[in-house]
Amino acid sequence: MSKILIKIDGREFEASEGMTILQAAKEVGVEIPTLCYYEKLEPYGGCRLCTVEAEIRGRSKLVAACLYPVEKDLIVRTRTEKVDQIRKMLLELMLAHAPASRDLQAYAEEYGADKNRFQKESSFCIHCGLCVRYCAEIKKKEVITFVDRGTNREISFIPEIASQECENCKECFPLCPTEALQAAYVLTQALSFPSLQSVTE
Amino acid sequence: MARINSAAELEERRLGILSKRDPNKLCIAVCNGNGCSGRNEGIISVFTEELGKQSLDGKVDVRATGCHGFCEKGPFVVIYPEEICYTGVTLEDVPEIVAQTVVGNQVVDRLVYTDPATGEKAVRQSDIPYYKNQTRLLMGNNPMINPKDIDEYLALGGYAGLSKALFEMTPEQVLEEIKKANLRGRGGGGFPAGSKWETTRNAPEKVKYVIVNGHEGEPGAFMDRALFTGNPHLVLEGLIIGAYAIGSHLGFIYTRHDSPELLANIRTALKQAEEYGLLGKDIMGSGFDFEVEVHFDIGIFVSGESSALMRSIEGKAPEPTPKYIRTSVSGIWGKPSNLNNIETWANVPQIISKGSEWYSTIGTERSKGTKLISFFGNVCNTGVVEVPFGTSLKEIVYGFGGGIPNGKKLKAVHFGGAMGGSLPASMIDTPLDFDGLAKVGAQIGAGALMVLDEDTCMVDLARFFMKFLSEESCGKCVPCREGVRQMLNILTNITEGKGKEGDIELLEEISEVVGEAALCSLGRTAPAPLLGMLNYFRDEFEAHIKEKRCPAHFCKNLQ
Ligand SMILES: Cc1cc2nc3c(=O)[nH]c(=O)nc-3n(C[C@H](O)[C@H](O)[C@H](O)COP(=O)(O)O)c2cc1C
Ligand code: SF4
Ligand code: FES
Repeated sequence: MSKILIKIDGREFEASEGMTILQAAKEVGVEIPTLCYYEKLEPYGGCRLCTVEAEIRGRSKLVAACLYPVEKDLIVRTRTEKVDQIRKMLLELMLAHAPASRDLQAYAEEYGADKNRFQKESSFCIHCGLCVRYCAEIKKKEVITFVDRGTNREISFIPEIASQECENCKECFPLCPTEALQAAYVLTQALSFPSLQSVTE
Repeated sequence: MARINSAAELEERRLGILSKRDPNKLCIAVCNGNGCSGRNEGIISVFTEELGKQSLDGKVDVRATGCHGFCEKGPFVVIYPEEICYTGVTLEDVPEIVAQTVVGNQVVDRLVYTDPATGEKAVRQSDIPYYKNQTRLLMGNNPMINPKDIDEYLALGGYAGLSKALFEMTPEQVLEEIKKANLRGRGGGGFPAGSKWETTRNAPEKVKYVIVNGHEGEPGAFMDRALFTGNPHLVLEGLIIGAYAIGSHLGFIYTRHDSPELLANIRTALKQAEEYGLLGKDIMGSGFDFEVEVHFDIGIFVSGESSALMRSIEGKAPEPTPKYIRTSVSGIWGKPSNLNNIETWANVPQIISKGSEWYSTIGTERSKGTKLISFFGNVCNTGVVEVPFGTSLKEIVYGFGGGIPNGKKLKAVHFGGAMGGSLPASMIDTPLDFDGLAKVGAQIGAGALMVLDEDTCMVDLARFFMKFLSEESCGKCVPCREGVRQMLNILTNITEGKGKEGDIELLEEISEVVGEAALCSLGRTAPAPLLGMLNYFRDEFEAHIKEKRCPAHFCKNLQ
């Protein structure tokens, strides 16, 4: 593996090829906030919270650190005014859905995000896709999927499979940064396989 | 039909087709395109029937052609060789046309085009100002071609560009020619095709793909369909030439699922090209192999975006994936994949046959050739025109579009749909040019031009586009899904009289974040129409918010 010299927030680092900015930053001890990233899954690029400034050959652009592969002479800035402004608003946009989420609240404090800035849509889900992708990539089940698109996009359990698979797994539950997943599960259960529910209670 | 095995055989085949034709034989060409929205249905069969009654079957040809472009006046019937042209033809007109023109050699006066401005009649199609003033390099052959018959394309010199590329040029020379011509992508971005081809060609992976983006999702755009349905071999020839230059042996046509005529014509074209040895193994005996697969879109806007389109061809959901490695290096199944729009590919054959030098004489300094523009909205004519870059928007709206109906005044023109921009009437002299228009905030996009009269509320239009995007965004990334949702909320409030001080600034702030942080170009350009409107029509937004007044008297809650 060839080594690539890069700079993150002023610190030089010899990254190896194929690494993302996020992985490299971790190695140098620079923390970049993430929500849809989970090391066991393919990077997704949905939350954009990991947005950083990447300068290459004198040209600067905003990229998702969880996806952007390191390259020669890359200069990364993880806390510019612009980056912070973006993160603050992304958090505010997500807080309109999940104001009680601990992960969001912690980041909100750091970036000064106001949880009441936008009209509330208490659908809880922030569409990080962790549950969907965990089920598909790790469990190879696809019990839970995204349905519809745009602002109507939501997660949905497929009841027929959920009634078979979920009760003994629930491995995706702790990954959810909000309560949306559990709520969706309980709802699916109540509507589609209530008998099982009474057994477990 | 036997395979064509050399350049000479192609020319022989062409001369053979021509020699079998009687140049004096009448041919009735009827536009069978989709622009006339079904008004042309049944005309062809009534013609055939009527000719039968007069015992003329076999003595007169009937040709179902693609769209002729002047859809407002369609359906068109053109009778060759004299090119007598009738507009707005109905089923009832057919017997008269056959009796008068076909049998009696008389012109049916009432069906001839009359210029509304001058009152002058134009008997020949090419004398109608709408056609006369265009530069129909791509669309011009539509009336002369039955898209289901490859011979008609060959008769007009079709596949000569491919033949020249394969037998007289190296792939590098073809690439050089496209670069010198400065052919730019017609699908929205205006990206130089030559440099994209070169990236794909030079990518280390051996297996490479070429793709036709035939999704055409921009609302109001129908020129790609008109061109592809009416002259499928033109696009196919361009694709094969591109594949040769790039070194690709498999191409994909990604096309609309909802257009049976288009699909039928593509399938027929592929089959006939293969039978003629113009597609498949050892094309024209040159040793070059190239095959084409047809894939369907699933009718959602974002599937026209390059990475979503490639996921779709792979059989996955058409969701954009990050492109920090360009698709021209890593596209379908991780292989270098060169994607171009239908119209881009259609430009290729003429550049190769006539040369980049000739091509460079058409258009402006940095936007070469012609552009297909479809126009709609508050404009007298609807249709597709093909004009050289540099043509003023005024010429398009007034010259071809016939101006604004009902005595209304022009307020603005809007290019590029939900990812484009509006220009106020005062800027109507702006010439058609990729960079010039982008600079003033009206990206050409695919070339759908929406004409807006004085009764249009720009705030409501901004809301309308935002609504479209809120439904058409894939919903994967936060800035696009949530930013668009909030911008739509705010705009809806403003149009309902619930606008607040600070809304404009908030819209601008959200726009900035969405434009910079979204995953794909849909999100990154989603704020463009809004920002343009805030730039040129800010006072309208302010009137809505501060005075609770809609200057166009459109918003119901503000009257
Ligand atoms: C949301 C979205 C939708 C698009 N839809 C189309 C389309 O329908 N047809 C098209 O040719 N290009 C479309 N594009 C542009 C393509 O991504 C791509 O740039 C283009 O096909 C490249 O071809 P060109 O260089 O010949 O223009 C779209 C882009 C985005 C972001
Ligand atoms: S910008 Fe919009 S369309 Fe593109 S990936 Fe994000 S949500 Fe999907
Ligand atoms: S962590 Fe990178 S986009 Fe979510």
